[in-house]
Amino acid sequence: MIKKVSKHIVQNESLLFEQSSPGKRGYQLPPLDVPPVDAESALGRGNVRSEIEDFPEVSEFETLRHFTRLSTWNYAIDLGLYPLGSCTMKYNPRVNELVARTEGLAWAHPYQPESASQGCMELISVLENALAEITGMDAVTLQPAAGAHGEFTGILMIRALQESRGNPRKKILVPDSAHGTNPATAMMVGYSVENIKSNERGMVDLASLERAVDENTAGLMITNPNTVGVFEENINKICALIHSKGGLVYMDGANMNALVGVTRPGDFGIDVMHLNLHKTFSTPHGGGGPGAGAVACGKVLTPFLPSPRLKNENGQWAWNYDLPQSIGRVRAFYGNFGVLIRALAYIMAHGGPGLRVATLDALMNANYIRTLLDPYYELAYKSNSMHECVFSDDRQAKKGVRTGDIAKRLIDYGFHPYTVSFPLIVHGALMIEPTETESKQEIDTFIDAMISIAKEVEEDPQLVLKAPHNTRTPRVDEVTAARRPVVRWKPQRTASLAAD
Amino acid sequence: MLDTIGLRTAEELVSYLPADVRFDRRLNIPDGKSEFEIVDYFKALAAKTESNWPSFLGAGVYHHYRPVLVDTIVSRGEFLTSYTPYQAEISQGTLTTIFEFQTMVCQLTGMEVANASMYDGSSAVPEAAMMAVRITRRDKILVAKTVHPEYREVLATYTKYQGIPVEELGYTKSGQLDIEDLHKHLNSGVAAVILQSPNFFGLLEQVKEIAPIVRAKGALLVVVFTEAVALGLMEPPREADIVVGELQSFAISPSYGGPYVGIIATREQYIRQIPGRLAGETTDANGHRAFCLTLATREQHIRREKATSNICTNQALLALMATVYMSVFGKEGLRELAEQNLAKAHYLASKLPLTFNAPFFNEFVVHTGSKSPEQINAALLEKGIVGGLALGRFYPELSNSMLLCATEMTKRQDMDTLAGEFVKQ
Repeated sequence: MIKKVSKHIVQNESLLFEQSSPGKRGYQLPPLDVPPVDAESALGRGNVRSEIEDFPEVSEFETLRHFTRLSTWNYAIDLGLYPLGSCTMKYNPRVNELVARTEGLAWAHPYQPESASQGCMELISVLENALAEITGMDAVTLQPAAGAHGEFTGILMIRALQESRGNPRKKILVPDSAHGTNPATAMMVGYSVENIKSNERGMVDLASLERAVDENTAGLMITNPNTVGVFEENINKICALIHSKGGLVYMDGANMNALVGVTRPGDFGIDVMHLNLHKTFSTPHGGGGPGAGAVACGKVLTPFLPSPRLKNENGQWAWNYDLPQSIGRVRAFYGNFGVLIRALAYIMAHGGPGLRVATLDALMNANYIRTLLDPYYELAYKSNSMHECVFSDDRQAKKGVRTGDIAKRLIDYGFHPYTVSFPLIVHGALMIEPTETESKQEIDTFIDAMISIAKEVEEDPQLVLKAPHNTRTPRVDEVTAARRPVVRWKPQRTASLAAD
Repeated sequence: MLDTIGLRTAEELVSYLPADVRFDRRLNIPDGKSEFEIVDYFKALAAKTESNWPSFLGAGVYHHYRPVLVDTIVSRGEFLTSYTPYQAEISQGTLTTIFEFQTMVCQLTGMEVANASMYDGSSAVPEAAMMAVRITRRDKILVAKTVHPEYREVLATYTKYQGIPVEELGYTKSGQLDIEDLHKHLNSGVAAVILQSPNFFGLLEQVKEIAPIVRAKGALLVVVFTEAVALGLMEPPREADIVVGELQSFAISPSYGGPYVGIIATREQYIRQIPGRLAGETTDANGHRAFCLTLATREQHIRREKATSNICTNQALLALMATVYMSVFGKEGLRELAEQNLAKAHYLASKLPLTFNAPFFNEFVVHTGSKSPEQINAALLEKGIVGGLALGRFYPELSNSMLLCATEMTKRQDMDTLAGEFVKQ
């Protein structure tokens, strides 16, 4: 039975371009306090455009209504559980939004004098230190803009260190359970990728790793807990093995929400890692970004961190650009500062002990779901789960229902789907991460929905195969979208739609 | 819940971890704070930073007015707290706004396709370079020295280990790309020529003259912009093969350097080489128009090491800010806004000794005469004014010049004060 949602009126809405009519405007500028300038004489005749062709012309209220109506077509963590595995969709505290808009921080220009930027620089330093403590690392850069950007930074640092030792080496080892960003990143740093098998317990297979690692190995990229939500119990041995061959170990910190306050990567042998501040540290996902991909590293890699680095002289913060071994910049300025503010506010609200409690709550919620769904769905691995649990659709597939279908049916029950078909090593994966911020009531409603769907698969598989039934938009034809890509609106298309 | 799992205490959730990896002390982070204390803390930090002063800084980050509607809309939880729109049926809000964003970016830049956003302008430049390398199957990149210096540094970092040599092209006395130097460096090994317009000095580059030279050698032309407001008035680089840029000017506060939103736009024929996410139009099971993420086979989660880029998270919420901004201003507003910027900058420039004589939009370079730029900035700071960017840091040959910017936010009175500092020497 569907408990969480009921049907409700949803507004239809056309594209802005289709509402546009000449002369409408949603703005007013103050009168110009200097003489106007003729654009053609200032810029040159050929350098001035006649107009922005087909650009929208709508009123302020129409703009507000347009985006408000569109917003109601979205699911969001504010509406309910968002159990995407490895995505850590947790509550985004609104005080973080408020403090990120504090005028002195939000309006600071990156090139304003350092003497007039001390608050911003102090904030960066405080967050760097907190993240170094949480990860057990020696130094942190906040420059990378997202997780994959952090991976790129970390692997560049590994390459720079290997080159400083005389040989960049040739390959990066990546477990077959890794996120796709890992192999893509290694390629961007000029390394080849060698995949490492997982064993029957969902962990890196030590024997395969031993066979693969050699003097051509620049490093290993490992996710811990891995993408099946299992802690790599041999992590110490894995790191020691890589180190014994002169390699370095990069950790993808996408799953750090399972570890904060419980164990520290720097203590179990990791050389460099990234943190997704938009996952573990609750900065809003915003429909796909912005994020921030802080990178933490041990002493041996510190000289290679991106430029610039903060330094403090006589109580004054300054940017240090004199870093001869640095990999250089991975982006302009100092990082996604606005995201950093939110992450620091999150850390402050929890405090050291509170961060650990949050981790244990996240683990409890995931294990609770695992326990109650185990009778209905095939658990991919029997190993202990941390912050997420992974099932396969083996039982449902016998009725012709796959993980993607179950996911779509879950939408009818008022939930966002779990992560579908990832990790690739689990055939038909259902990867569920509830996070710590969900109540027992919300989780129980989700579990009821999953059990109800399991029963529907047995009794009426067509109901599941044709889902979702209750959304404004039923299943979307993604195949045609890719075969005949239409990625922008064009005026002649309106005419043909109107004729339909 | 623990009972259900079969545990007595929460600690048992982690007691199976190997003893030598467990962290047994408490994190050295102060105890949790109340909302009130947190707000106070950030206010205190902000008080150590100047932000309300009139400022003449631009150089890739611009002070423009942010209409109230922008925060009203992006603060809606349905936009703020949703994930990447992989589940199209319950993400039509975000997908529709991305489709509108892609369309407006095309209209603005004169290109045919644009993606859902990049991290920022600086990282979009090497992504365009890598794209050009894939398209042309050549490896060399030429970049004008008039491209933002930090963007060039990022390009150097990205290309270093990918076997992509980068050569820099000088500028003329007018402050524009030196076409003679372009001829010298351009050969059949060049994948792309990257220039910025308006360039780092605020000057328009001669895109129309340069494009055929680049095309004649089979290379692609990549045009960068950092000041999107210029495109309200300036002829877009229609001759370019790839346009990359930064939309920070569109309602994104300077925020000490980020987050911003980068764009990458190109010709339709290169759509499968574009990095990052794309929203596409299709139909739902009822035959109605709907949108979904498309051409995912370019991306890392499908293609892994063969992907066009490793980019995953992008800047969706900031792209939405820019989309709302473009809607609020619209066709006439963006032009009027650009005209105000042009007028303000030309008013200020008329009082100062310009270093270069090429046409400029809202930024320009001035000589500081017998005083150094640093001295002038220090004197202005005494008066509560943030001056321009001293250029010696990036261009040693311009150590007696500074880059000034005026926008619609700049007041005549402050411009007069600034000009007064130059006269005083």
